Amino acid sequence: MRKLATLLVLLLAACGSEETSPTFHSDSNPQRLSDWGMLSASQGALQLGEGVTPYDLATPLFTDYALKLRTVWIPQGAATYTANDAFDFPIGTILTKTFFYPIKGDAWTGAVTYGGEHTVKKDVMTLDGYRLMETRLLVRREAGWDALPYIWNEDQTDAVLKRTGAVIPLTLHRPDGRAEDFAYVVPNANQCAACHATNANTKEIAPIGPKARHLNKRSTFSPAFNQLDYWVAAGLLTGDFSDGTTAQQSADWTDKSLSLEARARAYLDINCSHCHNPGGAADTSGLNLEPDASGPALGRCKSPIAAGSGSGGRAFDIVPGHPEQSITVFRMQTTDPGAMMPELGRAVAHDEGVALIAEWIAEMEGACG
Amino acid sequence: MRLAIFAAAALMLAACGEKATTSAPADASYQETLMTQLLDAQPGDVIEIPTGTFSFDRSFSLAVNGVTIRGQGMDKSILSFKNQVAGAEGLIVTASDFTIEDLAIEDTKGDALKITKGENIIIRRVRTEWTGGPKTSNGAYGIYPVQTKNVLMEENVAIAAADAGLYIGQSQNVVVRNNRAEYNVAGIEIENTLDADVYGNVATNNTGGILVFNMPNLKQPGARSRVFDNDVFNNNTKNFGHKGTPVASIPAGSGVVVNSNDQVEIFGNRINGNKTANIIVASVYSSGLSQDGMSADFDPYPEGIYIYDNEMGDGGKNPDGLDLQALKIALFGPMGALPDVLWDGFVNPDKHDGAALPLSEILCVQNDGAEIINIDGPNGFKNPHLAAGEHDCALEKLAPITLTGPLAE
Repeated sequence: MRKLATLLVLLLAACGSEETSPTFHSDSNPQRLSDWGMLSASQGALQLGEGVTPYDLATPLFTDYALKLRTVWIPQGAATYTANDAFDFPIGTILTKTFFYPIKGDAWTGAVTYGGEHTVKKDVMTLDGYRLMETRLLVRREAGWDALPYIWNEDQTDAVLKRTGAVIPLTLHRPDGRAEDFAYVVPNANQCAACHATNANTKEIAPIGPKARHLNKRSTFSPAFNQLDYWVAAGLLTGDFSDGTTAQQSADWTDKSLSLEARARAYLDINCSHCHNPGGAADTSGLNLEPDASGPALGRCKSPIAAGSGSGGRAFDIVPGHPEQSITVFRMQTTDPGAMMPELGRAVAHDEGVALIAEWIAEMEGACG
Repeated sequence: MRLAIFAAAALMLAACGEKATTSAPADASYQETLMTQLLDAQPGDVIEIPTGTFSFDRSFSLAVNGVTIRGQGMDKSILSFKNQVAGAEGLIVTASDFTIEDLAIEDTKGDALKITKGENIIIRRVRTEWTGGPKTSNGAYGIYPVQTKNVLMEENVAIAAADAGLYIGQSQNVVVRNNRAEYNVAGIEIENTLDADVYGNVATNNTGGILVFNMPNLKQPGARSRVFDNDVFNNNTKNFGHKGTPVASIPAGSGVVVNSNDQVEIFGNRINGNKTANIIVASVYSSGLSQDGMSADFDPYPEGIYIYDNEMGDGGKNPDGLDLQALKIALFGPMGALPDVLWDGFVNPDKHDGAALPLSEILCVQNDGAEIINIDGPNGFKNPHLAAGEHDCALEKLAPITLTGPLAE
């Protein structure tokens, strides 16, 4: 363990240098992203601030095929481990998530595509061929978390605070040649809470990704380590935790060596359970998509409560063996704002995610009597 | 066991209600102004919406307690979502202690005004409307408070929602009065709600006028609603709800419908010209739900329903759905009519020690001239019969709702 820590100290020391130093603004909301010192863009590269640590999730939320770069920065102290919920981060913590796309074509015309991985290497991410869309901050202040959306400028040199969000018209070019126009939506500050107030009764904003089960995977950024072990070694995580082998673990939804059940439930967990949990905004529907839900609560033979056009003319959320009759699949396929799920953060269908859930339902046995 | 008699009711697009809209071009620049005002709002603020038609391309939201949003009138301050590209509703409120009044929300992709998990709420003189008339592609709900407490909805107008015009769900202590609901699938719907007074409303030209429902799989079963002094007439619009939604099983021509709810008092209303029946009392077993999809603790049987002193007439002449139509012709002839009160006849066979409740604790009707038909749903309509005598009983009357705190009068 000590050896690991020493190694990590060396690794960390090698990171970051001349960029703006990370700064916690305890009250004010700077207009420019660069004032936080988490990320800076210049000369065709995005550079992480000193001590800003990238991380990723076993299965990420789908957001119109945008690629995402997530970072955590804790000025003092460390997050406290919890088995189920998001870790308890100390005041001053700043989480960022930057949304970007591979550009289709040579110049930026609003045409984007997807496929492949692209992220930071040694705290630097090249931007050649990529377009930064927005960076969302979660800032842990005295009174709780604040959510702030920043939109990258035309020159891709900085991002500007836009609390009312924005609609940005883009064209998605799928790898099979299909192209579709869509409205990329940057959420307004209240919409940030619509997902991040995972308990709709307290209405307190909380991070969603940094939970043990989502982080419990081999680190993309230091592949020799489990990411949770890395966080401990790097001083980001403390508490009642021994190592990654003892913590909950979500499946990587793309890893076909894992069971269909595990992959589908991981997908529903990260994409849906921030609202569809017993205290969440969508508990009004009675549908619970957390990893431990089952039966009608998970949607099996369940009639919708207030779905409106979201029913798609289908009778039940899940009809075992019949994805084509299941509302769950319809709501993932449709792009009608009044019918689609999730309600926020998606304008195009995630074909591969739909296929996963359809396959999962197709293999279910039984019927709705 | 499961019957889909009402589900057999037609689910086709309503062709009626198309009307030309001529209005000034909507102002799109106001959206940013209002969104910023709402984000920056402090408790006690009054946000005034000026006269005009303002265009929104996405949802807007209020998350601060103690705010008033006030327009200049439901025909003067109009928020138009005709060009909406994102968001499942027009305005969503996740706050308490607020008033929204004197404005209109038109043509949202989903719900017009959704309110979740708040208390001490006044929605007054708000119009929600889909301006193309009743269409399946309209949004689901007009005014939609859910999981709220201590709520007053008054003098609102709700038109052409593809589910319910005025809906309150999973809530407590509610007054819905002096509203107008027309051309919705459900005019006014009280669902899984405890303690509601619904009075002085007009519900007309909906598929169903006023509904008091309980649905399974929710945390709170509803009970104790009083529906009185309403005008519920000619709710004969073809059902244009989405198949699979609970209201899609409502037959066109339903006046007041109680489904699986308990302790519902229906009195002093004027209920006329609803062509399936002026009052329907039913179980979700008549709504096409799967028994495999219900939480084990759900009670699907309406009990403690008390109907008295309503003025009713001209109902049941042309019931929606082949089963009810056949039943009417068989019992009352082609020129006849179903009685004013239609009950599907589902009772809990094992309420107490293997016995059902006496009928006098399930459904009491003391209403001059009103007949009751038990359509014998549990046996596939084998023995539908008039059942007036057994139901000539009284139940203890419910106490009026008292709004509390800032809503106390």
